[in-house]
Amino acid sequence: MTELLGLSILELCYIVASITFILGLKMLSSPDKARKGNLIAGYGMGLAIFATIFFKEELTPDKWLNYSLILGGLIVGTVIGTRMALKVKMTAMPQMVSFFNGMGGACAAVISLVEFDHLRHNSNPETGMLIVILLGLIIGSVSFSGSMIAYGKLEGKINDKALPGGQIINILLLLALFGLAIWMSFTGNLSPALLYILLGISLLYGVLFVMPIGGADMPVVISLLNSFTGMAAAFGGFLYGNQAMLTGGILVGSAGTILTVLMCTAMNRSLTNVIIGSFGGGSSSSEKSGEQGTAKEISVTDAAILLAYANKVSVVPGYGLAVAQAQHTIHNLEKILEEKGVEMNYAIHPVAGRMPGHMNVLLAEADVPYPKLLEMEDANEDMSSTDVVLVIGANDVVNPAAETDAGSPIYGMPVIKVWNAKNIIVLKRSMGKGYAGIENELFFHDKNRMLFGDAKDSLEKLIAEVKNL
Amino acid sequence: MEEILSLFYENREFIFLIIVSVFLGIEVISNVPAVLHTPLMSGANAIHGVVIIGSIIIMLQADPTNYYALILGFIAVVLGTLNVVGGFVVTNRMLEMFKKKSK
Repeated sequence: MTELLGLSILELCYIVASITFILGLKMLSSPDKARKGNLIAGYGMGLAIFATIFFKEELTPDKWLNYSLILGGLIVGTVIGTRMALKVKMTAMPQMVSFFNGMGGACAAVISLVEFDHLRHNSNPETGMLIVILLGLIIGSVSFSGSMIAYGKLEGKINDKALPGGQIINILLLLALFGLAIWMSFTGNLSPALLYILLGISLLYGVLFVMPIGGADMPVVISLLNSFTGMAAAFGGFLYGNQAMLTGGILVGSAGTILTVLMCTAMNRSLTNVIIGSFGGGSSSSEKSGEQGTAKEISVTDAAILLAYANKVSVVPGYGLAVAQAQHTIHNLEKILEEKGVEMNYAIHPVAGRMPGHMNVLLAEADVPYPKLLEMEDANEDMSSTDVVLVIGANDVVNPAAETDAGSPIYGMPVIKVWNAKNIIVLKRSMGKGYAGIENELFFHDKNRMLFGDAKDSLEKLIAEVKNL
Repeated sequence: MEEILSLFYENREFIFLIIVSVFLGIEVISNVPAVLHTPLMSGANAIHGVVIIGSIIIMLQADPTNYYALILGFIAVVLGTLNVVGGFVVTNRMLEMFKKKSK
C-alpha cells in the first residue's frame, strides 16, 4: 500500500513537472513572462528530481553508497554549474549554452552505456530496448562532441577546418553508424567492443560534423544539437517508461527543430545543406569581385560631425560589438546624441552575432530601451529616411551580395539594406572578411566610409568628439 | 514484422504521447519574437536536462557492489546536474536583463 502511495505521488509529480515544462516553454516565448516561465520550469525540474529520489524505489539502508553518490553528484554539478553560469560574460552566452547542452548529451550517452551493460546481463534481452539504448547512445554522443566543438569554436580555441572530402567521410561515418546499430539490433549482438566502436564513431561524427561549419551557421548548429539532446532525453524516457523525461525531451526536440528551421529560413539555407556541407568554403563563388575599388576611410572627427548633425541615426550591431564589449559604450553614444536631438535606433538582424537574439541580449545588458530595437523588416522600411547608418562589427548581415550576386553563398539571405540610407559608416578592425568568409562590396560603396579600429575604442573616441562639438 | 507490431502495441501510449508532444512543442514556440530566440534556446536546453532523472534511476537501482554502474551513474548525475542547473541559471541571467529594462 505504501509503495503504491509512493508511486502515485511520483507519477503526480511527473505530471506536474511536464505541465511546468510546457508552460515554461510557452512563457519563454513572450517577453514579459519569459523569466517567470524559466523559473516555473526550473521548479518543475527540481520537483521531478527529488520525487524520483524519494519515491522511485523504496529507500533501503544497504544502498547508502548509492544515495551519497547521488547527493554528491547533485552537489558537485550544482556548484560547478552555478559558478560557470554566473561567471560567464554576456558575450560568451552562446558557447555556454552549447557547453551545457553537451553535458546533457553526455549524460544521455553514459546512461545508455550503463543500460547496455544491464541488458547484457539480462537473460532475455529485448530488441526494442536495445534499439532505444543504441539510439540514445548515438544521438547523445554526437550531441556531446558536436557541442564541445561548437563551444571551442565560439571561444576561439578551435579554428574552422574542412577536411578534403569531408562530406564523403561524414556520409560514410553516418552510414557506418546506422549500419552497425541496425546490425547489432537485428542480430542481438551485445558485445561491449561493438558498443565502444559505436561510441567512438558517434563522437568522431559529432566532431567532423561541426568542424567545417563556419560561425555564420553556428546558431543553427547549436539549436540543432539542442534538439538532438532533447531526443536523446526522450529515448531515456522510453527506456524507463518515464513520462517526464519523454515529454520534456520530445518538447525540446520538436521545439528545437522548429527553431532550427526558423533560423535556416532566416538565412535562406536548407537544413540538409547545413548538416552535410560546410559554408561553401567561400572560394568557389565570389571570385569575380576583383573589380572592387578602394575603401574610403573617415576620421573620427568627421564621423562625429556626421553623427551629431544627423536627424536620424541607425546602428547595425554585429559580433564585433560583442567581442569589443562595446554595448555600454554604444548606449552612451546614443544618450549623448539624443541630448543633441538626434534620433537613434538599432537595426537588429535576426542572426547577427553568434546566436539568434544575441544582439538583443547584449543591448538589453546595457539597458538600451526595448522600443529602440527595430526588427529587420521595420529597419529596412525606415532606412531611406535615415541619415547615417553606423555598422558596428557586422559584416554578412549588411552584405549587398545577398541581393545582387546569385553566385554568393549568402545569396537570398535577407539583409539590412543599409545602402538605402544617406551615409554609412562601418566600424571595423580591418578589411578582413566576415564569418561567411566572403567579400563585402558594401565597404567599397560610394556612400560608405570606414572607421578602422576596435569598436569600443572607436566609439569612445566618437563620444569624446561629439561632446566637444 | 510481428515483433515490430508487438513493440508498437506495447508502447502505443508512449507513441501517442510522443506524437502529441511533437505538435505541442511546435505549437508552443511558433510565435516567439526574435528577441527571445537566445533565451528560448537556453531555456529549452535546461529542460532537456530532465535526462538527469535517468541517471538517478540508474543509481537507485544499481547494486551497491556494481561499481561500473555506480561510477558511470555518478558521472551521469554530475553531467545532468550541470545541464539542468547551468541551463536554468544562464537563462535566468539573460532574462533578468530584459526585466530591468521594462522597469
